[in-house]
Amino acid sequence: MATELSLTRRCAPGRHPGKVLALATLLVWLAAGAPPREVFAPLLEWSPALAKGFALNILISLLAIGLGTLLGLAIGALNLSPLRLLRLPGRLWVQVFRNAPWLVLIYFTTYVFPFEIRVAGHYLPFPDWLKVTLGLALPASANVAEVFRGAVASIPGTQWEAARSLGFSRGQILRTIILPQCCKRMLPPWMNLYAVITMGTALSSLVGVHDLLDTAQIASNTVNRVGFTVLIYFSVLALFFAYCYPISRFTRYLERRYAFR
Amino acid sequence: MPSADLSAPLIALRDVHLSFADTPVLRGIDLDVQRGQAVSIIGPSGSGKSTLLRCITGLLRPQRGQIRVDDTAVHALHSDAEFIALRKRVGFVFQQYNLFPHLSVLENLTIAPCKVLGRERREAQDEALRLLGKVCLEHKARAYPGELSGGQQQRVAIARALAMRPELILFDEVTSALDPETVGEVLRVIRELIEEGMTCVLVTHEMRFAEEISDAVYFTEHGVIVEHGSPRQLFNEPRSPRTRAFLQHTLGRGEQDRRPFVPAVAAAR
Ligand SMILES: Nc1ncnc2c1ncn2[C@@H]1O[C@H](COP(=O)(O)OP(=O)(O)OP(=O)(O)O)[C@@H](O)[C@H]1O
Ligand SMILES: [Mg+2]
Repeated sequence: MATELSLTRRCAPGRHPGKVLALATLLVWLAAGAPPREVFAPLLEWSPALAKGFALNILISLLAIGLGTLLGLAIGALNLSPLRLLRLPGRLWVQVFRNAPWLVLIYFTTYVFPFEIRVAGHYLPFPDWLKVTLGLALPASANVAEVFRGAVASIPGTQWEAARSLGFSRGQILRTIILPQCCKRMLPPWMNLYAVITMGTALSSLVGVHDLLDTAQIASNTVNRVGFTVLIYFSVLALFFAYCYPISRFTRYLERRYAFR
Repeated sequence: MPSADLSAPLIALRDVHLSFADTPVLRGIDLDVQRGQAVSIIGPSGSGKSTLLRCITGLLRPQRGQIRVDDTAVHALHSDAEFIALRKRVGFVFQQYNLFPHLSVLENLTIAPCKVLGRERREAQDEALRLLGKVCLEHKARAYPGELSGGQQQRVAIARALAMRPELILFDEVTSALDPETVGEVLRVIRELIEEGMTCVLVTHEMRFAEEISDAVYFTEHGVIVEHGSPRQLFNEPRSPRTRAFLQHTLGRGEQDRRPFVPAVAAAR
């Protein structure tokens, strides 16, 4: 009886398994006798560089989701067209970019595009991080288009029927009846996608972009101490977690709220 | 444009056939509704009553037969513009209300008049408030459909159809999804419309209501009209044994819970 009670009581922190696990890992590692001074001092030293790297991750993720959303909605709109000829390219886009590994797409955009673009006689630099952004925006757009399609399909046919019986045209129904109802339904999966994209920005370190992970790698090689290596990768993990976890919590909150319409 | 011949029926169906894939649902329907009449369609579930109403407003296209609404040959319409012109004249009220959940009650009533008929927003709002008053829901103008009871939603749906100032309204089992207590409030609204001379086609399971308000009653089964006539004749002296069996089945079982479907509004006038 007593054990059962204490078990149920312990369920309260059990609602945040991620946080508890992270804290426990840190404590175990510190208790295992890591020499804190030797390890924390270089971390402090490297933290501005790490912060700069992470800012780049966030910048890439925001640009990628922004670009991907604009593109994805355009493709989603194309996919709603009554003309098959217009739907076909949209379908193809979604299938290709949803089913391609992200790293392949990032390699693709990094090595296919030139390092500078000529616009009206001027050479504009086209840095690697921007190419990575494009590489992530491609699968983002395909996923947004798919989220959009799912949201439109989730509106019951009776809404179409009611609007048609009032004399609305197809375009009017989409604009005034269907799409406004879709926005709410799209928000949770869209935020989910954003969290995944953010995690995907870590791939940019593989093509030499000085993001958080790349900076951590350099720091680890420079300091060259086992304890520090563990700590810095742990910090990378914690930073991504701290950024993405609230997003996923908020998404779940929205999902629960909209479950009741 | 209303046709010159005022004695011609407003709705006329001739030998209408419709199948979904290989399932025949309508198998030769003939039906006439005069201007200003209230016509009820009764029949067992799955006999094609909803399908019939959807054909009249062009939501479904029959494979054979003719449908005329005034001078419009519905069976021959093709362009979107032609269907829209038809639907501006024909109101439709659904069993499940089908209000737009993201719009307030007032917006539900004004969106079609503004966007489809191109009416001024102010004018549409004034009219909407007047119609809400008619269905006793002025105080719910700012509410959203999800905040209303079934009966209230259905009255909003009727007001939404009226806001288009249609020439006729099709009601598809509009009380079937309602609690018994709220059925009366919806039937009262329909009764008032009929008394004002609105042409109405009602698919209904409320036999007593149909008997009282209809000018003509049609009994359908398996996609054909088995029998039609005045409500007095059809309910009291049905000619077909199938009509008799259906009435016995539905009325016989409901004898005890026959509700006083509408408070005596007519008597008060
Ligand atoms: N879109 C559809 N596709 C295929 N079959 C359909 C479709 N709509 C209706 N049906 C079938 O057509 C038949 C008649 O349907 P309908 O809805 O017109 O019946 P009803 O008389 O209105 O019945 P109820 O009283 O239950 O509303 C049913 O057997 C139904 O399964
Ligand atoms: Mg039906």
